[in-house]
Amino acid sequence: MEAMYLLEMRQIDKQFPGVHALDHVNFRVRAGEIHALMGENGAGKSTLMKILTGLYRKDTGEIILDGQQVSFNSPLEAQRAGISTIYQEINLIPYLSIAENIHLGREPMNRTGIDWKQVNQRAERILREMGVEADVTQPLCSYGTAVQQMVAIARAISVQAKLIVMDEPTSSLDEKEVEILFRQMRKLREKGIAIIFISHRLDEVFEICDTVTILKDGKLVSESPAAELSKLELVSRMIGRDATDVLRRKNGVYQGTGGVPVLEAHGITDKEKLRGVSLRIRQGEIVGLAGLLGAGRTELAKVIFGDNPDYTGTLAVNGQEVRWKAPRDAIAKGFAYCSEDRKAEGIFPHMSVRENMTMAILPRIARRGLVNVGRQKDIVDRYIKSLSIKTPGQEQLIRNLSGGNQQKVLLARWLCMEPRLIILDEPTRGIDIGAKAEIEALIQDIAGQGISVLLISSELEELVRNCHRVIVIRDGKNIGELESDMLSEGNIMRTIAQDILQEGGACI
Amino acid sequence: MMDSIAAKNGHTCIDWGQNIRKYGTIYAFLLLVMFNILFTRNFASMGTLWNLTIQVLPTMLTSLGMVLVISSGGIDISVGSVMAISAVTSGLVLTGKTPLLGTDTGMAVLAALVVALVLGLFNGVLVACFKIQPIIVTLILYIAGRGIAQLMNNGGTIVFYGNTFTEIGLYRVGGLVPVQLFVSILFVWIIAFLLKKTTFGYYVQGIGENGKAARLSGIRTAQVLISVYVISALLAGMAGLFECSRASCADPNAIGQLAEMDAIAAVAIGGTSMNGGKARIMGTIFGALIIQLISIMVNMNNIPFAYSRIFKAAIIILAVYLQREKRR
Repeated sequence: MEAMYLLEMRQIDKQFPGVHALDHVNFRVRAGEIHALMGENGAGKSTLMKILTGLYRKDTGEIILDGQQVSFNSPLEAQRAGISTIYQEINLIPYLSIAENIHLGREPMNRTGIDWKQVNQRAERILREMGVEADVTQPLCSYGTAVQQMVAIARAISVQAKLIVMDEPTSSLDEKEVEILFRQMRKLREKGIAIIFISHRLDEVFEICDTVTILKDGKLVSESPAAELSKLELVSRMIGRDATDVLRRKNGVYQGTGGVPVLEAHGITDKEKLRGVSLRIRQGEIVGLAGLLGAGRTELAKVIFGDNPDYTGTLAVNGQEVRWKAPRDAIAKGFAYCSEDRKAEGIFPHMSVRENMTMAILPRIARRGLVNVGRQKDIVDRYIKSLSIKTPGQEQLIRNLSGGNQQKVLLARWLCMEPRLIILDEPTRGIDIGAKAEIEALIQDIAGQGISVLLISSELEELVRNCHRVIVIRDGKNIGELESDMLSEGNIMRTIAQDILQEGGACI
Repeated sequence: MMDSIAAKNGHTCIDWGQNIRKYGTIYAFLLLVMFNILFTRNFASMGTLWNLTIQVLPTMLTSLGMVLVISSGGIDISVGSVMAISAVTSGLVLTGKTPLLGTDTGMAVLAALVVALVLGLFNGVLVACFKIQPIIVTLILYIAGRGIAQLMNNGGTIVFYGNTFTEIGLYRVGGLVPVQLFVSILFVWIIAFLLKKTTFGYYVQGIGENGKAARLSGIRTAQVLISVYVISALLAGMAGLFECSRASCADPNAIGQLAEMDAIAAVAIGGTSMNGGKARIMGTIFGALIIQLISIMVNMNNIPFAYSRIFKAAIIILAVYLQREKRR
C-alpha cells in the first residue's frame, strides 16, 4: 500500500509564535501525477512545502519519500533527494547566461575547470526538448518572464527530480506561455515525475491537475480526484462557506455625478511604452485598465502617480492641470498607488505591520516630526479590524504575514490617507480566492465612499466583475473602451485582438 | 508540551537565542570587563576607567553616525578623513592662520563643524541626487580627504597650547569625568530620539529596507539621505575636535586613521544589518566600547598591538554569528 505513494507526509505539525500553522496534516502524492495543493493564504500550503523542501523544520510528524523516512535540513539536501522547487518569484541570476543558470552549482568539469562546451550543449538540448527557442549563451535577463520560468523548470528537470514543487508558476505568465508550461508538465507526468502544483487560478487547476488536496487554517480539509470536484465545491471548501455569492458580479452602472472628472489624462507619452494614452475617471468610478503584459498599463499608472516625471501630455485633477515631480506630489493631491510588485515596491520586510501601514500617513500624525504613537496605533488597530487582517499584533514583522494579508496592510496604508483616487495594480495577484473576494468587496466599498479607483488586472473576469468601465490599451495606445452591457470578457478579448491579425501577431 | 506546562505554572522560559541576539553585545562587553578585572593589572582603577572613556568617545561618535548611514542602506568610509580635516581646520583657526576668522575657540569649533557639514553635503548629494553608490562616494572622500587635510598645513602637525580650546579638551568635571562624556551622551540621546520618535527615524529605516517603496510612499528620500550623511560627517567632525583638543595638536596623518573601520566594526558587533534596516543604537555604543576595550586590554598587557586586530576580528565573527538571521 505504501509503495503506491511517492511522497507521504504524515501528521505534520508546526507551531509558529501565535499561530498553529499546520495541525497534524496528512499529504500524499503518487508518482506521475499532478497534484494541486489548494487553500487560502495562511492555510498552510507554503509552510507545508517549506517543511518538505527543508526550509523549515517540522515540530512533529514524518515524511516518507520513496518508502524511506527522510528529513531535510536544507533545500540542497531535498534537491539531492530528488525534490526540486520552482518558486513564484524566479530564483535565478539575471546576469548569468541561461546555460549557467541551468547548471549553477552542478557545472560539469574537465581538467581545466568548467566544461563550457558541455554546459551549453546540455542546456540547449534540454530547452529544445521543452520546445523553447532561446540562445543559451545570452544572459537570462535578456529574455521575458516566460522564458525565465521555463529556464527554472529546465533547471528543475536537469537535476533528475522525482518530485517538482511549483509554487504559483503561472502568476506572471500569459495564456500562451501557460500553455507551453502545461505541455511541459504533461510530459513530465508521462515520465513518472510527480508535480505539486500551487495556483490560485482555479481554471488551471481543473485543466491540468489529477488530484486536489485542500487545506484550511492549517488543517487538511479533503483529498480527492479533480474530476470529482466542481469549481464551486472547491471554492466552498477552501473558504469554508457557501461560495455562490463570493464570485458574482458586484458592480452596476456608474451612477455618480457627471461633474468634472477626478482625473483626466490626455495624450500621455513616455520614452518607452506609452504613445498617447488618454483616460478619464469620475468620482467614485471604478475604471479598469486592460491589455496584454507590456501594453503599458503599469507605465501609465506610474506617470499618473508621479513616479515617472519624464513624459509628455497632460494630467488634470478636478479640472486643474498638474505636473508631478515625484510620487509625493501626487499623494499630496489625494492619489494612492498599490504596486503590482508587493515585495520590490511595497513592503518594508523587517518593519512591523504598524510601521508599514503608517509609512505614508506619518506626516499627518506627526507634529514637528514627532510621531504621535497613540494616534498611529489607533489607526492601525482600526484597519486591522475593518480589513480583517490576520496578524498576531501590530508589532508583527510584515514579512511573517501571508501574501493576502500583506496586500491588505498595503491597501490600508493608502486607505487611511482617505485618498481621492487609488490605483490598484494587480491587487489580487498571488492571493487566494477568499482574500481575493474580500479585496474585491473592498474595492466596491471604496468606490461607494466616493473614492475613484483605477484597477489594473490581467484577469479579465476580475475587471468585468468589478469595473464600471474598462479601457483597453495596446502598445501604449487606447484601442477601445467598454461599459455597461458591452462589458464582458469576450468583448475585452476581441478588442485586444482586433486588427492584430493584420499586424501579424501580438508582441509581448 | 514543555511550553504549555511552563506557562501554566506562571514561569516564562527564557528563550536564550532571542536573548543573546538582543543583549549579546552587552554580555560580551561585561565578559570582557570581567576578564580584564581579573587578569589585567591596574585595570580596576578609576584612572583606567576614565582613560577608556575618553578614548572611546570619538569612536562612539563616528559609530553613531555610521549606524545611521548603514541603517539607510549606505556606508560612510570617509569619517576618518573628515575627522582629520575638521581637526586641522580648528588648528588653523586657533593658530591664527586664518586671519579673517580670528583665533577664538568658538570660531575654531564652528569652522571645523561647518567644514564637516560641507563634506557631509558632498557625500549626501552624490549619493542621493546622482545615485552613485555610497561606498564609491565616500571612498572618494576617504582618499582625497586625507590628502586635503595634509595639504591644509603642508603636511605638518599643528600644535596649539594654552588656549581655551585645549583647556576645555582636558577639563575633567570633579577632577575625573572628562567633559566630552557629557557632550557624547547628549549626541547619543539626540540620535536615539531621532530614530525612535520622529518621522525621520521611520524614513531612514524605510529607505534602508526598500528605497523604492519609500519613494512610492511619498518620502523625500533624497532629503533624508543627505541629512544622514551630513549628520555622520558632523559627528565625525566632532570626533576630530575631541581628538585634537585632548592632544593639543592636530596631526593630519594620525587623526582618524582607521576610524571608519572601527566605526563599521562597532555597528556590526552591535547587530545592525549591513543591508540596511533597523539601527541598533545601544548595540552600537557597546560595540564601540568593546572595540576600544580590546585595544586597551592589549596595550596594558604588553601584547603586541597587532594582536588587537585579530581579537577584534574574532569578536566581529562571533557577533555576526550569534546575531545572524535565524531560520524558522
